[in-house]
Amino acid sequence: MTLSICLTVNGVRKDVMLDDPRVTLLDLLRERLDLTGTKKGCDRGQCGACTVLVDGRRINACLALAVSLDGADVLTIEGLADGDRLDPVQAAFIAHDGFQCGFCTPGQIMSAVGLIREGEAGSDPERIREGMSGNLCRCGAYAGIVEAVLDAQRLANEERRVA
Amino acid sequence: MLDIIPFPAAPHVRLGSSSGQPLTRRDGLLKVTGAATYAADNHPAGMLHAVVAVSTIARGRVTSLDVAAAKAHPGVVEVITPANRPPLAMDPDGKHGLFGFRFEALQNERVRYAKQPIAVVVAETLEAATEGARLLAPTYEVEPARIGFENGERYDPPTVGIGSPADFDRGDLAAGLGAATHLIETEYETPAQYHNAMEPHAIVAEWDGDRLTIDTPNQAILMARAGFAAFFGIPAENVLLRSPFLGGGFGSKAILAGPQILCILAARMLGRPVKLVLPRDQMFGPVGHRGATQQHLRLGLDAVGRLTALEHRAVAMTSSFDEFIEPAANASHNLYASPAISTRHSAVRADIGTPGPMRAPGEATGSAALECAMDEAALACGIDPLEMRLRNYAETDPATGRAFSAKALRECYAQGAERFGWAGRPLAPRQMRDDSGLLVGWGMGSALFPAPMFQAEARATLRSDGTALVETAAADMGQGAWTALAQIAADGLGLDIDKVEFRAGSSELPDGGIAGGSGHTATAGSALHSAGTDVIGKLAEIAANDPDSPLFGAGNAGVEARGGRLYHGADETRSESYSDILARAGLQTLEGNGKGGRDPANAEARAMFSHGAVFAEVKVDPDLGQVRVTRLVGAFAAGRIINPRLARSQLYGGMIWGLSFALHEEALHDRRTGRPMNADLAGYHVPVHADIPVMEALLVDEDDPYVNALGIKGVGEIGITGTVGAIANAIWHATGIRAHRFPIRIEDLTE
Repeated sequence: MTLSICLTVNGVRKDVMLDDPRVTLLDLLRERLDLTGTKKGCDRGQCGACTVLVDGRRINACLALAVSLDGADVLTIEGLADGDRLDPVQAAFIAHDGFQCGFCTPGQIMSAVGLIREGEAGSDPERIREGMSGNLCRCGAYAGIVEAVLDAQRLANEERRVA
Repeated sequence: MLDIIPFPAAPHVRLGSSSGQPLTRRDGLLKVTGAATYAADNHPAGMLHAVVAVSTIARGRVTSLDVAAAKAHPGVVEVITPANRPPLAMDPDGKHGLFGFRFEALQNERVRYAKQPIAVVVAETLEAATEGARLLAPTYEVEPARIGFENGERYDPPTVGIGSPADFDRGDLAAGLGAATHLIETEYETPAQYHNAMEPHAIVAEWDGDRLTIDTPNQAILMARAGFAAFFGIPAENVLLRSPFLGGGFGSKAILAGPQILCILAARMLGRPVKLVLPRDQMFGPVGHRGATQQHLRLGLDAVGRLTALEHRAVAMTSSFDEFIEPAANASHNLYASPAISTRHSAVRADIGTPGPMRAPGEATGSAALECAMDEAALACGIDPLEMRLRNYAETDPATGRAFSAKALRECYAQGAERFGWAGRPLAPRQMRDDSGLLVGWGMGSALFPAPMFQAEARATLRSDGTALVETAAADMGQGAWTALAQIAADGLGLDIDKVEFRAGSSELPDGGIAGGSGHTATAGSALHSAGTDVIGKLAEIAANDPDSPLFGAGNAGVEARGGRLYHGADETRSESYSDILARAGLQTLEGNGKGGRDPANAEARAMFSHGAVFAEVKVDPDLGQVRVTRLVGAFAAGRIINPRLARSQLYGGMIWGLSFALHEEALHDRRTGRPMNADLAGYHVPVHADIPVMEALLVDEDDPYVNALGIKGVGEIGITGTVGAIANAIWHATGIRAHRFPIRIEDLTE
């Protein structure tokens, strides 16, 4: 049985022939589309390492079957920077040391981007902590991550005012 | 007392301009763009996927596996069981070397703990391999699981930790206890904890004849290479082990594990590359954990709160077939002055996977109990907990009587207390409430961790264009080796860091030693620095002997290297760039080598530790018992800090592990089946963003001329010590309830 789906991944349209309906979006990205930036930490939606944006919303890619996403627009960590120009969230993660081992980082960053786009980040660190609590960091880089999200949100606000 | 040390300190090295700078991570760009390559991101052509089937019982034998059903599943290529598993060159049940643990590589049908590997299914896709493993539907001959301290066989282990003595005595314990005005007798229990690095153990193995390439996260790359080679009967140099990034290690990725061996076996058996990634639940079996402990302490105190005796007894849980004894009681050796110190360890065997070193092994569990006991002692003596610690301040190492290489703990207490606002803390519990009626408590704990060095080597190559390549097989599991080690290397070479290319994370490079024990920066850093100074020494010799050089006749000692130039020691106007010196000598490159290791004379003469003090504020709901940590302030003295930005992150991480230990982490094994009941990240709690309060980690200046020439200690593990006790003590201060087990739960705090 072959299933054909069409996805837009990081702005590029992809026709995917799936030979197996069990393939998750995460495994599709990692094992079949060579997009390994998105990480598998638990494979059951408990750690957030696989967070990507689907049609602008944060999801755990490990919990989504690829066949259910025909026509979807997927944004992964590889598609976030504009060429050499980092997304403000990426730059803020470096500046605030919002990671150590880096394994949860793609998920943290995509989650932060989603949170800001949802208008849920605000300037209250407590709110950011709640909104980011689906993304575990075992190294304990939480302090830097919250600072990075605050910083990126501030920047987004300024850009909005200018625009 | 004798203040003169009969051995010289290592010559004190003035570091250059890179060390001490809060540089951002050099691997930062790779990590924020998803371009950093972790083991499981590799996908060589023709690669197969392996999935391990694990036991659902904790003791007994596998009596059948439906291999036919698994093989019939589309995409399944092979099923490996004890019946067809190719031989290994060494026995997995042998003990090979200091870090050699027994492991399961399908050597027989025996099951000795739940989630032990019992078969491997290899398939064209991950989905097929996963389903194949499920179809094996094993049956067992089940024997009753022995779970818990009361059900296992108790014995006295010959050693604890990695080769430490199980027992220790100094002074007369009975006399000390007899002389005490106050006697504190108390017990603390700590649970099994699992490392759970965000990156599950993973390996991609590929054979080419008798040459093996493996991508697998590893904390001790050259040591692991030798181990893998030995199990497959090939020379170590035939193995290429790549580990540029570890997605966390915490001790669990320093030791060979059965699944890695099975993946390599599968690749050899099938003649194709194979990838094996452990699912999260299999992180609760064959890859180590922190063993549970029961600790019993007796503290004798005189009328003013000085220890007259300190006794610490620990029972540690280990597996039925191997041992790693959590050396918890040893946490009482080096922190507080006492005329008598006595520590003992015993062990209990249970049907669980073998424990292993996990971030601050022994120090974390032991410090948790000791710091709570010290608080109990302060209460009995009616003195402030910080004053209690100061009255028992050890001016020399309590275990050996040796002088400390450096000890700025007093400054840590002072700066931490000042920053936290400790002064004015009421002695009695349940005295403080916030605006919403929550109980508020303040607690503190002392932090201590050894400052070891191991062995490492490095190579530095100066190039004709004035740049340099420095190489060592260092491992970066998040601590920042890619950055901090490059900073040290740049200073050794007298170069700007941007002129230094740093290669690490591969077994092709000189042995970078172990990323563990909080000794990697000191050890690999010393090797890199001395490789740099070796090159500079050679370069200086060339220049000094070259009549055309402005440095002619300067002699080695009379030359200073900085910014890519050598300067005459007595005349700054006489200088020459590295490139010019090399060009005139007709050299494309100039190579130097270095080693890192402790000066044995200093090691013999001095006790070497990092120190710290942690202060915690908690709020507890008086009706519901819910605890929130609202503030954490740590102050740490750990020698020279190479990169304050990264060191602070390490300390935060350690303190968060302390918070996790105090309030969250606990693996629970079902007493009937022996299965871990919470083998996932929803049931096994680690802190999330919302659990983490406002934190501060103060870096207290400390000049340590004895640890090594660079004055470097380590910051990877100390943060967890002190923090557990500080939080537990704050909970007591808020509620008046002393919890005697970790993690502290709501039910411990409701009456």
